[in-house]
Amino acid sequence: MSDFSRTASVDATASTRRKRRRIRTDGWLLAGLALVSCFGLVVMYSASGRDMGAVVDQATKLGLGFLALIVLAHLQPELFRRWTPAVYGASVLLLVWVLFDGATVKGSQRWIDWPGLPRFQPSEAMKVAVPLGLAWLIGRHTLPPRFRDVAVALPIIGVPALLVALQPDLGTAVVIAAGGLGVIFLAGVRWRWIAAAVPAALAALPGLWFVMTDYQRGRVLTLFDPERDPQGAGWNIIQSKTAIGSGGFFGKGLGNGTQSQLDFLPERETDFIIAVIGEELGLLGVLVMVLLYLLVVARCLYMATEARDNFGRLFIGGFTIVFALSAFVNIAMVSGLLPVVGLPLPLVSMGGTSTLVVLGAFGVVMAIHGAGQQARVRPRG
Amino acid sequence: MAGNWLRRRRGLGGNGGLGRNSGLRGVSAAQAPGRELHDRNKEQHTFNARAAISMVLVAAAFLVLFGRMVQLQVFEADAYRARSDNNRVQTVAVAPRRGLIYDRNGQLLAGNRTIHSIAVVTELASNIDALLEEVGALVPLGEADVAGFHKRLKAKRRPLEPIPLKLNINEQERATVRVNEFRLPGVQVRADIVRHYPEPLQMTHAIGSVRRIDETDLERLDEARYAATAFIGRHGVEQFYEDSLHGEPGHRRVETDARGRQVRTLFEQPARAGADITLHLDASLQRAAADALGDRRGAVVAIEPRTGGVLALLSQPGYDANLFVTGISAAQYHELKASRETPLFNRATRGLYAPGSTFKPVMGLAGVSHGVTTWEDTVNDRGSFRINGQGRVYRDWSWQPGNSGGQGIVNLHRAIYRSSNVYFYSLGSELNIDDLASFAGQFGYGRNTTVDIAFAQAGVLPSRDWKRGALNEAWYPGDTVNLAIGQGFLLATPLQLAAVTATIANRGHPVRPRLLLSSDGEVRENDPPPPLPAVAGPTPEDWERMVDAMEAVVHRGNKGYQQNGTAWFYIGQDDIPYRMAGKSGTAQVVGIPQGEEYDEEALDEFERKHAWFIAFAPADDPRIALSVLVENGGGGSSVAAPVARAVLDSYLLDEAGDLKELPPHWLAAGAATGSAGAGGRPPRRSVTLKQRPTSEGQQFAQRIADAPVTAR
Repeated sequence: MSDFSRTASVDATASTRRKRRRIRTDGWLLAGLALVSCFGLVVMYSASGRDMGAVVDQATKLGLGFLALIVLAHLQPELFRRWTPAVYGASVLLLVWVLFDGATVKGSQRWIDWPGLPRFQPSEAMKVAVPLGLAWLIGRHTLPPRFRDVAVALPIIGVPALLVALQPDLGTAVVIAAGGLGVIFLAGVRWRWIAAAVPAALAALPGLWFVMTDYQRGRVLTLFDPERDPQGAGWNIIQSKTAIGSGGFFGKGLGNGTQSQLDFLPERETDFIIAVIGEELGLLGVLVMVLLYLLVVARCLYMATEARDNFGRLFIGGFTIVFALSAFVNIAMVSGLLPVVGLPLPLVSMGGTSTLVVLGAFGVVMAIHGAGQQARVRPRG
Repeated sequence: MAGNWLRRRRGLGGNGGLGRNSGLRGVSAAQAPGRELHDRNKEQHTFNARAAISMVLVAAAFLVLFGRMVQLQVFEADAYRARSDNNRVQTVAVAPRRGLIYDRNGQLLAGNRTIHSIAVVTELASNIDALLEEVGALVPLGEADVAGFHKRLKAKRRPLEPIPLKLNINEQERATVRVNEFRLPGVQVRADIVRHYPEPLQMTHAIGSVRRIDETDLERLDEARYAATAFIGRHGVEQFYEDSLHGEPGHRRVETDARGRQVRTLFEQPARAGADITLHLDASLQRAAADALGDRRGAVVAIEPRTGGVLALLSQPGYDANLFVTGISAAQYHELKASRETPLFNRATRGLYAPGSTFKPVMGLAGVSHGVTTWEDTVNDRGSFRINGQGRVYRDWSWQPGNSGGQGIVNLHRAIYRSSNVYFYSLGSELNIDDLASFAGQFGYGRNTTVDIAFAQAGVLPSRDWKRGALNEAWYPGDTVNLAIGQGFLLATPLQLAAVTATIANRGHPVRPRLLLSSDGEVRENDPPPPLPAVAGPTPEDWERMVDAMEAVVHRGNKGYQQNGTAWFYIGQDDIPYRMAGKSGTAQVVGIPQGEEYDEEALDEFERKHAWFIAFAPADDPRIALSVLVENGGGGSSVAAPVARAVLDSYLLDEAGDLKELPPHWLAAGAATGSAGAGGRPPRRSVTLKQRPTSEGQQFAQRIADAPVTAR
């Protein structure tokens, strides 16, 4: 596997460049991401009602994302570490800003709409900034982390998660928090701490009920009984389950999903796009999708083990968990396993910020991993 | 080369201030090689283990997702597939075209037209009030529209049924709403085919009208048959033949999107239009009757004596039934409902009135049949009558203060054309009430003999039993005396009197009043009651003499004081190109106390006497029999008789004022009646109901032919 990056070199003799430069992107990961993205574009074609404009739009965003990925992959990992506090700090500031001056879409204030810039969601950046920040914090010392670092880590996770939850965007908040906790877990935090924290967290879970707004409680109740308000709160989940279920094993065929094409399925280009896959491409399509995600996750975790230092490992591992969790929570909510929270399916749902941030982060992953590869390969060669 | 470049870059990073952090392998390794190496391995080991655990957890989580998908897409797939089809495939009922109603000459009485309306599917609208406001900004909504909408909103209805908001919008309003439809979820512009009555004011009471189906209708209607129907027949023909006029709905299986918009049709079973029906009614005759009545309250019912076919069924005032189709405002409805003139009330079929002197021909025949009197017996009419010469005084109509009145010596013939009350008082005092009741019942008094006239009243034919049942009182001789001049307990509708007149015209052969002439389809309501038996008792000669007496009512003139027919002065003076038999009647509305004068001026308009006239013509071969009622009109001869004359003229005379030729179907005597060819429409498929009048007519024609020729 490690040979892959070496063979993927560009013969630059024909180019005008003066130096031969190694492509530092990871072939397996890149292939996985490209497959997920392409699969997503095909589904987008159908989900948008055969609107090539939407497909081109999403393809452009993906293109920009891959461009960012390649650029970031060629930067020095040291650069990321150095900029981590600044990136984290800026992201938190943006989150605060959103709370005061964010654009409101569908009842939650998630967007920053500065003139001259495309509208973006700072909470998406947080999905990268939190793993970065924790990797930076914990990676300074040898693993497993000391109690003091863990104690400092908690507010680093908690503050942005809380800010995002206030938007309110519970889904992203959970993913951010889980990503951060994932970093702590990967850092090798002692099992007895985990053993102490997990029951405590579970015990606190019912308390969450009292913090939630009525709207969020409704979402939770709807999860257990969608039929209690089939035309209102239950509509989304009933229709998405119907879409998925009616797809059966082979699906109704791309573009033939009646739930998707006749507007029964809500948010079909964004959060509920997996239901389009389920309806039109069936269990088989879902299986391919899930396997592609697993491929990306597996490759990333493997790359994490190959990173050169703790910062690298922890960031790659942490971000991978964020990525995996985003996909999991999205599919779980659409299929009725979790309450409906606004959370896109990474790389497949329509959306600029998420696509750009995720692909950019994979660029960082590759940069870190590539540096490790260099370090590892060089003595051998 | 590349390695150098990278190293240099890394070196730069390392010197950039972060070097003391343990993360950079090169720097720290140089400081404490052995321990660091140990730690590095341990770290790597720990991390690898945790990464492996993470991978397992992620894989497990994704496996759960996959399991969930298997559950939804394999094990529960059928249920969701059905649910998905239920979502998208809707079966939409297709309303059948309501059958048209024609008069006997093919003139359209009730048709259909397209109106556009704004309707709201409330299930698709999130905020009704806000929506109404938005619609109101585009199209002016009256208070009545909104109030009506809210009323219908509260009423029970079918799911996803559009509730009309504003009916009958014009083209511009239609365009405005159409353009904005996309941002008004639930709002629809609908094109509906609705009933239209070209001549509503005159025809409404005859043919009834349709009304929007309401809650109570929904409870009893066949839901499937009426799934797409918004209107149902109320009153008249529209109600009686609702079943046939309605037709059979079709259905369409359509694919709809989440907003209920139909995307495409998957299957269509077309609706079957309701039967078009042709009535005996003659619209021009009805018009003539309405003109003759003018703006007076009253009723005119004309019957073809041979068939019982109702030629005219007019009740004035009428109302515009189209209002009930396109939406009537509460104020308009209240006005109709509260009006003292009761325009919503069908006087012709439901108004109960004392027949007054129009009862005398029946009374006279009863007396002759039961041997109480003969045509030769006379009574000295001195203007008043007392039973056994004592007690209560019964007066002649000619009584006035200071003048006892009276017609002098009268026999039955003269008692009819002079309408002598005293003669009939005397007859009434001698006739057994039960004999009289059963005799009069044969003419149609006291029962509903109609074939297909909705809600026709049976009237009241009093008898000993009736009085005991209704009033718990014994029958007094005075009751019969009152009854003898058509007052007292006897009540009848104008329709009944027309039928009675037809019976006299037929010389004792009653016919059942009927409206349906023919139909182009099956008429399920077709269950005609058996033909009525002929009136038993009077001999053919009795009938002819009674007809003679009734002719005298109109034609006996220029004979001097108290010698002319009561109606001659009013309608008989000019030459009538046909012989007409008639009888006037003036019915008291309020009881006038003994000894007091009936002073028209002193009475409220609505307490004045009703004017009656019954007539048929030509007297020896009647083509039409009718009754005219002018409510609170006064004298029957002066007020009602001219109306009767005008109606008869209109029916029997051509433009030159000559008697019309007999219509071909009349001459054919039942061979091929009913195909009213005059309207220029192709002959309609005949139906069984049509056969009945034909066969009845045939029987009658046969009877006429078989009957011994009597002096006419």
